[in-house]
Amino acid sequence: MSQQSNTPLLKIEDVTKVFHIREGFSTTEFHAVDKASITIEADSPKIFAIVGESGSGKTTLARMVLGMETPSMGILQYRDRVLAELSNKELKQWFYKEVQPVFQDPFAAFSPLKRIDHYLYETVRNYKMASRKEADAYIDSVLREVGLTLAEVKGRYPNELSGGQAQRVAIARALITKPKLIVADEPVSMLDASLRMSVVNMFRKLKEENQVSVIYITHDLATAYYAGDQVAVMLRGWIVEKGTSEQVLGNPLHPYTQNLKTSIPSVNVSDAWKEKIDLAVVEADEYTRTGCKYAGRCPFVMDKCHNHIPPNFVHEGRAVKCFLYEDPETMAQAALGEVVVT
Amino acid sequence: MSKPIITTQNLKAYYITHAYGVERTVQAVDDISININAGEIYGIAGESGCGKSTLLKVLLGSFAPPLTVVGGSIAYHLDDQDIDGVNLPEDEKRDLRWKQISYIPQGSMHVLNPVRKIRDTFHDFISAHRTVTRKESLKMTSSYLRDLGLPDKVLGSYPHELSGGMRQRVTIALATILWPKLIFADEPTTALDVIVQRGVIQMLREVQQREGSTLVLITHDMGVHANLADRIAVLYAGKLVEEAPTRTILQEPRHPYTKFLIESLPSLEGREERNSIPGRPPALDHPPSGCRFHERCPLAKDICRTIDPEMITVGPSHRTACHVVAEELSHEPAI
Repeated sequence: MSQQSNTPLLKIEDVTKVFHIREGFSTTEFHAVDKASITIEADSPKIFAIVGESGSGKTTLARMVLGMETPSMGILQYRDRVLAELSNKELKQWFYKEVQPVFQDPFAAFSPLKRIDHYLYETVRNYKMASRKEADAYIDSVLREVGLTLAEVKGRYPNELSGGQAQRVAIARALITKPKLIVADEPVSMLDASLRMSVVNMFRKLKEENQVSVIYITHDLATAYYAGDQVAVMLRGWIVEKGTSEQVLGNPLHPYTQNLKTSIPSVNVSDAWKEKIDLAVVEADEYTRTGCKYAGRCPFVMDKCHNHIPPNFVHEGRAVKCFLYEDPETMAQAALGEVVVT
Repeated sequence: MSKPIITTQNLKAYYITHAYGVERTVQAVDDISININAGEIYGIAGESGCGKSTLLKVLLGSFAPPLTVVGGSIAYHLDDQDIDGVNLPEDEKRDLRWKQISYIPQGSMHVLNPVRKIRDTFHDFISAHRTVTRKESLKMTSSYLRDLGLPDKVLGSYPHELSGGMRQRVTIALATILWPKLIFADEPTTALDVIVQRGVIQMLREVQQREGSTLVLITHDMGVHANLADRIAVLYAGKLVEEAPTRTILQEPRHPYTKFLIESLPSLEGREERNSIPGRPPALDHPPSGCRFHERCPLAKDICRTIDPEMITVGPSHRTACHVVAEELSHEPAI
């Protein structure tokens, strides 16, 4: 790689996105993403999973990374360039060549009136990836990366493909520019369990064989754990826990991550839930809380959680946004509590 | 043991369409024989397009052309009466659905009337079935919602003011407030977040246990089945491929498709590579010959390509339709 190895591929630093909601004459500020920081190193490709429930701000974060939304505060830097300072031309010719999106619903991403190979040829043409003569061979080689061939796809409309095939064409389209980073927003949530695995396996393969880093946004903890090298857990705009996937999902420290993990319905019958959860408080408006956003339903809530925003405590290389990890004493209690919870 | 609440025998339901003189038949439910016992939670699993929702529609008695029952029988056993579900006149069928059966459709958070408050929707619903005053229906609704852990303030809300999970729970409450004997739920937790999903699963179980209703649950999520269902039926391409109590089917699946369905799920236990099954479910207008799974099956033999496997019993209330399992069984010494 020609870049200096110490410049990260992507640096998200204290990025905040504020939306304003007007009701009559009053305006409410609403922090969809609140001081999120993520770094993806350039030296070795990584799959970075961002997990969170609906309304946690993960899609807004992805849209900012893709330059589709400008951050209200904070810095987004791709290699040595700040995203906000790129000209339109640079965005189109350089940035989108290196960073490509894959969206949730492949059938919404492709026009039903156009043949699906149209998008592949168009991307080749726009980024001058191959000459007119070589285009067929090049597209075929890219489609083979995702387990398809040009012959299978050529001349077909999106509705003639299955969901898994259409999503693979969408990923192939993203691969045409030979990107260094793919931002995939819920790429498997519309797919059946079997197809889900084929797409997730493909991300693993792309990382290893094509040296592509992936930001994998999902609400599905299991595939995040399976595919992700690094995981960030989002709650109401905050990143509450961040580290390697073994750390964060294997042995979660933040009470919210612990709750998420125990709420996954397991196919192990012996793991069936015993304790009940109270959902009534889940719906409470957590975005506008003054202290910790999880304080309303946290089993370990302390007085200061209601009034103060917890900072990030670094614990064995992972960051946890929770007062429990402020001093060793409560930390031990939390670890004890975790045994009770699970 | 009392009589099953629903019995189907060799049930076949096809979508038959005529367009431009061409007849097209989609064999969405093919030759399915099941018994659903009173008071149990019966789970139906399978990928999309394998006939789960069609089977539910037929069991519910709510179908119209192009969906046609072309063979087999459905018998209900309600209030000590046997009812023939296929040949029942439409008005009696409606009466049955009116009084005994309730249905929670897919995407049911969208069924609430957007211009009526929740309490009015409940009143409309209750007063259509019983003679009640507004005051009585409100009292009934609020005590029921409170029992289910829903806050009182939802009564005065419009559907758009509630979150998706809350709407889903209100819809379940609406579908069950009059204590139906039989509840059909089609993907009741799909599109919900995990924590909310857990609450909805908990609520469905409470509702079912309260009056000992029978719940027929459709979902593609084996994890949801594991936590809710008593017995699970696995469908593939319109056929029943395996049926067993939940614990048995999850711990000792016999049919290759069921095995795949369970093993392909990623879990938080390990990150080792998991294989996805090649191919996709077949189109049901021209289903494959023989066993419908043979094109994707790693164990397929010649016999699988030509002969449709029969349902065989492999254990206590555990049956499956697979030639390979049948062969293994014939080699095992008889018990």
